[in-house]
Amino acid sequence: MSKSEVSFEEALEQLEVIVNKLEEGNVPIEKAIDYYQEGMKLSKLCSDKLQSVQEKMVQIVNEQGEVESFDLREEE
Amino acid sequence: MKDKYLTVTALTRYIKRKIDLDPHLQNIWLKGEVSNFKHHNRGHMYMTIKDEQTRIQAVMFAGHNRFLKFQPEEGMRVLIKGEISVFETNGQYQLYIQQMEPDGIGALYLAYEQLKDKLMKKGYFAVDRKKPIPSFPHHIGVVTSPSGAAIRDIITTLKRRYPFVTITVIPAMVQGQLAAESIKNAIEIANNKKVFDVLIIGRGGGSIEELWPFNEEIVADAVYNSAIPIISAVGHETDTTICDLVADIRAATPTGAAELAVPSRIELQDKVKTTQRLLQAMMKRMIVHKQKEVERLKHAYAFRYPQQLIQEKEQALDRHMEQLEKSIKNYMANKTQKLEHLQERLLLKHPLKQYNESVKSYKKVIQLLEKAINQSIQRQEIALARNMEKLTILNPLETLKRGFAIAYTSSGQLIKTKDQINKNDQIVVTIPDAKLSCTVNDVEEK
Repeated sequence: MSKSEVSFEEALEQLEVIVNKLEEGNVPIEKAIDYYQEGMKLSKLCSDKLQSVQEKMVQIVNEQGEVESFDLREEE
Repeated sequence: MKDKYLTVTALTRYIKRKIDLDPHLQNIWLKGEVSNFKHHNRGHMYMTIKDEQTRIQAVMFAGHNRFLKFQPEEGMRVLIKGEISVFETNGQYQLYIQQMEPDGIGALYLAYEQLKDKLMKKGYFAVDRKKPIPSFPHHIGVVTSPSGAAIRDIITTLKRRYPFVTITVIPAMVQGQLAAESIKNAIEIANNKKVFDVLIIGRGGGSIEELWPFNEEIVADAVYNSAIPIISAVGHETDTTICDLVADIRAATPTGAAELAVPSRIELQDKVKTTQRLLQAMMKRMIVHKQKEVERLKHAYAFRYPQQLIQEKEQALDRHMEQLEKSIKNYMANKTQKLEHLQERLLLKHPLKQYNESVKSYKKVIQLLEKAINQSIQRQEIALARNMEKLTILNPLETLKRGFAIAYTSSGQLIKTKDQINKNDQIVVTIPDAKLSCTVNDVEEK
């Protein structure tokens, strides 16, 4: 799986799995180093994803059932 | 004379007109108690309204009773607005109810309690029916008025906390007669789109009448049947609508609903940072731990005094050898004993004894045989002696003693007949004590 394909959710999940495995403590050192590297990569990925905020458009379903963009009306 | 008599119909119609024209009877506000309540299949309601002294027949047609916010029940005290008229068929005056509400408590409150009871029994509020809200939603649908304060609060909060989520408003009327239907439709549209992982349904605060659509059964059904998890946020903290109770999660306010719907980016960042630090700390601890272990092993006894290790093993080897010898000895001793035992048993079964026995019985048989033979011999000897005696008696030589002589030819043949002898033959005549050689002088036939 390439980096861009991993969602934040999956990355966080994998990160938790890695932390849990390391916490169990009976991991051979070579494996632990692999986990650690993977973990650091994932945490950076999560961090990056959380940083890179792309404003998502808000949409509304119109009477025809189609989706169009929606702007909050300013307070009257 | 005949014309003075009225028909019953005419009289009844007259009375009806009188009553219908009386303005007081056309706008009655009445209070009393419901009894003999019957909700007819065709939608009309029939009942008797009574107090301690008397009663009046009443009817509430379907066109009116469909606006009732509660279900009339036997013995319920009610406040009624209606008119009096005559039901011609029975010639009976009765009350035509236009509006009715419970006396004492509000109609809406009663309706709320009644629906709550009903849905509770149907299991609409059961905890095991509640769907989980996804931790990281991608697309949130919001069912509310596109112009209210609620939508603004929800969108602002969602964007602030978790800007990654897509938001779609599914507009619905949130107050008034048509609102319940509109909310129901919006929930169904959202479900048909199949893109949302969470729905927020709600509106801002208002009076109980304004919030009422969220207490309607069709809204409850739509929420209950939604495949998408629903967060409900109707009014303020203190208002709990049926919609709130059926929803998978209830939020106190629309802002609260948005907070429940998405995680906070800031909190997630903290979490990721904390995890990162934890990871580093764990790795460091692990490496330190392993280093210590290596150090410990380097200084281990075995590495410092390897000779000792071998000596120990040698000693152990000796012990094992001893053990081995001992067990071999034991083994041999055991087998020897077994052999001796078998030999003993074999001796007991030696054939010599049997042989001796056989010899003994053989001898016994031989003795018996000898005895039998001896006896038989004795018997034969006696018989022989007896026969010898007889023979002696019959011996021809004995006959000679009595004066007879035996003559033989010169070739030694006993002469029995004249045919054996010719004249001048030499013959031998035997007497008991001599042999006489004689010459035959003559053969004279007898």
